[in-house]
Amino acid sequence: MLVVKDLHVSVEGKEILKGLDLTINKGEVHAIMGPNGAGKSTLSSVIAGKDGYEVTSGTITYEGEDVLEMEVEERARAGMLLGFQYPVEIPGVKNVYLLKAALNAKREAEGLGEIPAPEFMKLIREKLAFMQMDASFLQRAVNEGFSGGEKKRNEILQMLVLEPKLAMLDEIDSGLDIDALKVVAKGVNSLRNEDRAVLMVTHYQRLLEHIVPDQIHVLMDGRIVKSGDKSLALELEAQGYDWLQEETA
Amino acid sequence: MTALATASVPGSEAFASEFAARKARFAADPSWMAARRQAGIARFEALGLPTRKVEAWKYTDTQALGRQQYRLADDASLAPAVKDALALDVDAYRLVFVDGLYNAELSDVAGLPDTVRVVPLSDAIVNQPEVIGGSLNRLTGIDFTPFVALNSAFTEEGAVIQVGPRTVLDKPVYVLFLSRAAVEGQPVTMSHPRLLVQLGSRAEASVIEHHIGESGATNFTNMVSEVMLERGAVLNHYKLGEAATGETHIASLQVEQPRDSQYRSINLNTGGGLVRNDIVCDLNGNNAHARLDGLFFGRDRQHVDTHSLVNHNEALTFSDENYKGILADRARGVFNGRVLVKRDSQQIEAHQNNANLLLSDRAEINTKPELEIYADDVKCSHGTTTGQLDETAVFALRARGIDEQTARGLLTLAFANEVMTGLGIDAIAERIERSVAGRLPSRFHLDELVDLSVELGGGAVAVARDEDFA
Amino acid sequence: MASQEMEQLVQREYKQGFVTDIESDTIPPGLDESVIRFISAKKGEPEWMLEWRLDAYQQWLKMKAPSWAHLDYPEIDYQAISYFSAPKKPEDRPQSLDEVDPKLLETYEKLGIPLHERAALAGVAVDAVFDSVSVTTTFKKELSEAGVIFCSISEAIQDYPELIKQYLGTVVPKADNYFTALNAAVFTDGSFVFVPEGVTCPMELSTYFRINAANTGQFERTLIICEKQAQVSYLEGCTAPQRDDNQLHAAVVELVALEDAYIKYSTVQNWYPGDEDGKGGIYNFVTKRADCRGDRSKVSWTQVETGSAITWKYPSCILRGKHSVGEFYSVAVTNGRQQADTGTKMIHIGEGTKSTIVSKGISAGNSEQSYRGLVKIGPRAKGARNFTQCDSLLIGDRCGAHTFPYQEIGNATATVEHEATTSKIGEDQLFYCRQRGISEEDAVNMIVNGFCKDVFQELPMEFAVEAEALLNVTLEGAVG
Repeated sequence: MLVVKDLHVSVEGKEILKGLDLTINKGEVHAIMGPNGAGKSTLSSVIAGKDGYEVTSGTITYEGEDVLEMEVEERARAGMLLGFQYPVEIPGVKNVYLLKAALNAKREAEGLGEIPAPEFMKLIREKLAFMQMDASFLQRAVNEGFSGGEKKRNEILQMLVLEPKLAMLDEIDSGLDIDALKVVAKGVNSLRNEDRAVLMVTHYQRLLEHIVPDQIHVLMDGRIVKSGDKSLALELEAQGYDWLQEETA
Repeated sequence: MTALATASVPGSEAFASEFAARKARFAADPSWMAARRQAGIARFEALGLPTRKVEAWKYTDTQALGRQQYRLADDASLAPAVKDALALDVDAYRLVFVDGLYNAELSDVAGLPDTVRVVPLSDAIVNQPEVIGGSLNRLTGIDFTPFVALNSAFTEEGAVIQVGPRTVLDKPVYVLFLSRAAVEGQPVTMSHPRLLVQLGSRAEASVIEHHIGESGATNFTNMVSEVMLERGAVLNHYKLGEAATGETHIASLQVEQPRDSQYRSINLNTGGGLVRNDIVCDLNGNNAHARLDGLFFGRDRQHVDTHSLVNHNEALTFSDENYKGILADRARGVFNGRVLVKRDSQQIEAHQNNANLLLSDRAEINTKPELEIYADDVKCSHGTTTGQLDETAVFALRARGIDEQTARGLLTLAFANEVMTGLGIDAIAERIERSVAGRLPSRFHLDELVDLSVELGGGAVAVARDEDFA
Repeated sequence: MASQEMEQLVQREYKQGFVTDIESDTIPPGLDESVIRFISAKKGEPEWMLEWRLDAYQQWLKMKAPSWAHLDYPEIDYQAISYFSAPKKPEDRPQSLDEVDPKLLETYEKLGIPLHERAALAGVAVDAVFDSVSVTTTFKKELSEAGVIFCSISEAIQDYPELIKQYLGTVVPKADNYFTALNAAVFTDGSFVFVPEGVTCPMELSTYFRINAANTGQFERTLIICEKQAQVSYLEGCTAPQRDDNQLHAAVVELVALEDAYIKYSTVQNWYPGDEDGKGGIYNFVTKRADCRGDRSKVSWTQVETGSAITWKYPSCILRGKHSVGEFYSVAVTNGRQQADTGTKMIHIGEGTKSTIVSKGISAGNSEQSYRGLVKIGPRAKGARNFTQCDSLLIGDRCGAHTFPYQEIGNATATVEHEATTSKIGEDQLFYCRQRGISEEDAVNMIVNGFCKDVFQELPMEFAVEAEALLNVTLEGAVG
């Protein structure tokens, strides 16, 4: 589904990713771990198309298409959705508007018409309930005045409504207490099926207890230095990253 | 010259006649000085005193200044005891001016580092005319306001402060301007002092500009200041306005800030009958930062006007402005803060705040925070509030047994003191705290409290700030 | 006024009919006393009205056009303007929609204006103006039953001279400023509304209903009076961009609210803004003022300003009555080479008066926009309160946004708060929306609409929808 080959990315002239390779197949859940500053968030931002990241070489293909040639919204409509580490506040714009606009944009790209209002409301109610969110969320401005936990739930709510093929979750667990984490994990797990894939970026092993990955990659100094199954996370938890540093040096 | 013959603009005659009468006094001028003097008086006579029809003077009427007779002081004598009673008790390099003239006996700049010059302007004109000639009026020219033109006609004294590159001055420079009590039957004493501050690259200094009058002084002081910073220089500029209530104080200041420079103005005014401060900061290089803090407190019929303008001429420049006003009796305050962001000056941050407290029904505040923005990548905000004390805070204090008037006094003081946090020079903070407390209506009876707290080494405000009282 | 007298007034007004018949005359450009006499005679005005106009004219001659606004436009040649032209004859107008500028029609379509209305708005000669005659008739009946007078000001001068004499020019004096003096001398028409004591106007009044007055725009004069405990909501405006031949619009609006009265005045202004290079476009110099004379009276101005090349407009409230309330909610959008200097004045005179100002300015393209406001608290305005929120949003780096709020506070018990921010649409906000699959243009529209929400929610329902659509049309091409 997603193939990243020898990706080099610079930010303000400084190279952050230095030849990264990654392949994600349908139905898989991948977790990227690594110390601070390793370039974890850079990867998902580049795939989503955020400004300020310069791809100096390498390729990203998604279902055979060159991702780097696609506009930000085209990537989203094609099913690549980013769950933000710091969801942005947009004063005055109600959540429900954003959801509807986004869903209709996706449907239009798929050649479907606008979703009828009753159907939309039914869908939203169902997803809200699943995420244990109050209906009043819909009337509030996007992320404005939300607590950290509310923002993250809101990110997952959008995922549930937009049903991405590739969900990228950037530190979705940061700032969550254990109850909120469980709700968020439940949401993500409900997205999993044989046609979809998930790419998680995280700092802590804790998240991986709730969303169990098929593969774990350790990102250090701009490269993936080790890949393995879920047991790798436990190793990292016990030993930190230093041993890998030495191993690769 | 045709100075007298064409003096048809109202208000200029009184000054023009003193100018004509004092020709002999300026006879020793170098030719460039004489030329500027003539240009200054000509410009002033063409403009006259600003009327309220001019937007920048909408709330401040200076026409009365044209209805008095003026004289320049002829000597600067003053008993040391009088100076000691009025001056700040601060360890500093000191220049003292009396009615605008330099008093060497009361001054003391001993121990200055070699890379620093602190001299009276008259000295600099004689000894380094090439430097002074180039710098003086370079920023604050005769088109700044009619008052700068007028100053240029009469310029003779002031303070010149030059700090060499990378020099960090160990003590503040204290420039004290004293006004003597008026003599019955004499014209009003006027003075047109100058302040010229030049800091070399990465130099750091603090300057205290202190204006104070003997009670009974009626001086007209028309100050012009220029601050030129070089790359990375840091200046703290304290201005303490304690003129007598019979005095008029007009001041024009322009600051030039290149890359990485920092200028902080702390403008504290409790004195003067009519006070006007014009402050202009030009942020000309990346990462230049201007911070303008101020407090004005007026009572009786005092009129205190502050106009500031921050020009963001370059990208990545920053300004913060925070002014507080307290007005009692029939006092009037004017605040006009303007931020101008030039085209293509991107990534600017400019914040401005003005909060006012009116203590009497006949006090008045006119405030106008202006933003003029021609670039889009900016974060600018301004806010003003005018109102009364927070009644819940008053209640909280009363609930702890403090009588209402004292509670209100304390909170008023707390309001004033917010500007003073991080002031850096205790003597100034203490002076202002006492002055505000002493000037509050006596029903607030705070004087003793401040005395007590000063003795204890804390502010009276600490009482009101205690978390418990929140 | 006794209700019986009211009844009579209404009857008489009804008998006269709503449509005024004007012979099609036009006089050559230029302004002198004879022009004013001509206008007054054309309208069959009484002598006192002519005197009133001539006095205004004499004062105007001595006045100068204001120069303090942050506006830049060439000097207006007042002798080059024709001060009286009857509505175009049907044969001079476009005969069908095919003859109308397709760009204009495209805009109507985007605004969702029904087909038959598009024709009227574009000035197509439609004889019996579709349904509006019947609409007019039914709604006039309902109004007269309630005792509400709603007619053109020309009719009011004929039919209600006492009311006109009592109120005209008492809120905005003839010579208040250069443009009001000019308006007083040469105004040709406008609306008149009188809501008697205790009556809540049964429907929202709109200039739209008075279709025959739609083309008299150049020097409009509107007067609205609400007696004790009366209420009215008045909608003004062209809800679609009208191409207008008139370069200069100098309108005057006066509102009078007596005890416990409530007037809500909503405007959507979308005059022709000129082309991309700043050629053409309307100069809009408007003086709107409300006098809250009665205790507890309330006036609420809401405006959405997206049109005109030059806008000079400060709808104001004089809060004279105790505990009277003034509100100003404004969205102003400028794009291309538009310039707007707009805001409000809240003059607090009475005790316990309150005012709220919410102004949202959006500048795009090469436009210049200024908020200019005055909050004045007089010495007798004990406990007066004002809250002002004034936000500017910049789109692109060639436009300007300026804020000039004057505050003159002369009472210690007053509370005045002012907050202002200037910012651009955050790159991160745009990215967030686009990452949800929303196109950049839609994202900008969404964010701008969110920015204006505080104001849009004050608009009457049908205006709110149009305002959003209008905003999107105005901002077209502002991004990317």
